[in-house]
Amino acid sequence: MLNINEVIETNKMIHEMNLDVRTITMGISLLDCVGTSVDEVCEKIYHKITTKAKDLVKTGKEIEQEFGIPIVNKRISVTPIALVGGGCCQGPEDFVRIAKELDRCAKEVGVNFIGGYSALVNKGMTQADEYLIRSIPQALSETERVCSSVNVGSTKTGINMDAVKLIGEIIIETAELTKEKDGIGNAKFVVFTNAPDDNPFMAGAFHGVTEADCIINVGVSGPGVVKRAIEQVRGESFEVLCETIKKTAFKVTRVGQLVAREASRRLDVPFGIIDLSLAPTPAVGDSVGEILDEIGLEYAGAPGTTAGLALFIDQVNKGGVMASSYVGGLSGAFIPVSEDQRMIDAVEAGALSLEKLEAMTCVCSVGLDMIAIPGDTKASTISGIIADEMALGMVNQKTTAVRIIPVIGKGVGDTVEFGGLLGYAPIMPVNQFDCSAFVNRGGRIPAPIHSFKN
Amino acid sequence: MKEKQMKRSIITVLGKDSVGIIAKVCTYLASNNINILDINQTITAGYFNMMMIVESEEITKTFPDMASELAQIGDEIGVRIQAQHEDIFEMMHRI
Repeated sequence: MLNINEVIETNKMIHEMNLDVRTITMGISLLDCVGTSVDEVCEKIYHKITTKAKDLVKTGKEIEQEFGIPIVNKRISVTPIALVGGGCCQGPEDFVRIAKELDRCAKEVGVNFIGGYSALVNKGMTQADEYLIRSIPQALSETERVCSSVNVGSTKTGINMDAVKLIGEIIIETAELTKEKDGIGNAKFVVFTNAPDDNPFMAGAFHGVTEADCIINVGVSGPGVVKRAIEQVRGESFEVLCETIKKTAFKVTRVGQLVAREASRRLDVPFGIIDLSLAPTPAVGDSVGEILDEIGLEYAGAPGTTAGLALFIDQVNKGGVMASSYVGGLSGAFIPVSEDQRMIDAVEAGALSLEKLEAMTCVCSVGLDMIAIPGDTKASTISGIIADEMALGMVNQKTTAVRIIPVIGKGVGDTVEFGGLLGYAPIMPVNQFDCSAFVNRGGRIPAPIHSFKN
Repeated sequence: MKEKQMKRSIITVLGKDSVGIIAKVCTYLASNNINILDINQTITAGYFNMMMIVESEEITKTFPDMASELAQIGDEIGVRIQAQHEDIFEMMHRI
């Protein structure tokens, strides 16, 4: 039978260390919603989403209440819309109509984000893919809850540099269209390499084409719990540190597993995966930066940061895979700048640069995330930053992503406020040397030699 | 046995110690047909911590109603009372 100390420990994690389940994300396939006219497709999408997800938010709240664990977000991911709208959309404006329909569905069922306004163009773009990508600025500025992503590369295919070039321009255009709100449109847009099909976290969630009709994926969190646990082993060896992180990650993931199992049972939808990523929020005590401090670094960005992050994420994964048989998604740790108070502090102290962040993404689960840059940054420079990050993912056979936010009218030294879970960010300086001749070459970067495994 | 375990809940009380906390909670449980299987308490850092394992097979109320009524009793006497399904603790602490 349970003992009181175990019960106290669990409840302390929840009440004092911000343990929560970050998201229950329902993945819904829209492949059966294709049609010959935009109206028809919109109607089918509306019907499918509002039927499948009608009880999602309610069920999430019930689980929250019965187990006493906060479930912060309830979300939906759908099949990449470029595939769904390809047959009927004659131009970017048709895709915008679908985006608005998705937004309406999200509001109707009460989820805060719907992901999957996406295109998969790792090797090449179809006409529909290009229309969708060109529609992103308008779609993101005219909707509230729609999240968009584009996969531009993979280890098997290389990097589609035509798409990378186009996306640099699209990011600038999105910044322009949402400049009244400090370029918030780009906070809802991610560009990926090796994008996972079952990621429950926004803005990059989409429901992959190899998935079942409807599934439940759960994203756990709990950087605060890990931080408090390793406070107890200050000055101890790496072995002790690793053991502590593993045990803590196990406990955190078990809660996610329980929530996933319950949500799946109550909604009668198969369970997909648990995503182990430790995701910070702007709240004090809910920060990945604080974990790096506690490992022994004055600030994130100090020498040793990449090693510290690598060690820490590896232990989270090792503890997590013991707790759940189906681990997937991004699984690692997020290092968004704006959503993590200690990362913001590190940037403001001058400890953390864009280049160091790039190095850290070689070992973390995602990539350059929620980074505000000057509004006068050139499109080709943004494409260059994306290309670098995509190359890291391609060569290291891991997911990498870029969610970068040029803020029109602001420069280094200014701060932008996104509000809520998205937090605030100091504008970071960008390397000013030109890369346009590289970006403008056109075509693809071939797949690396070690991708040939057959 | 498995079905029975699903009905088990943990009630925790946390706050400054005062007269009659256990009495209040037990009165509520008795009047709602909730059986107490185990009670355990400890004082840590001046705070009163109590845990009850209860079985609520006979209860007519829904779980959320019971949880919010208990929380309300807690508010009245200045402590935090929480009811949770046992599974969350079992999952976290048992392999």
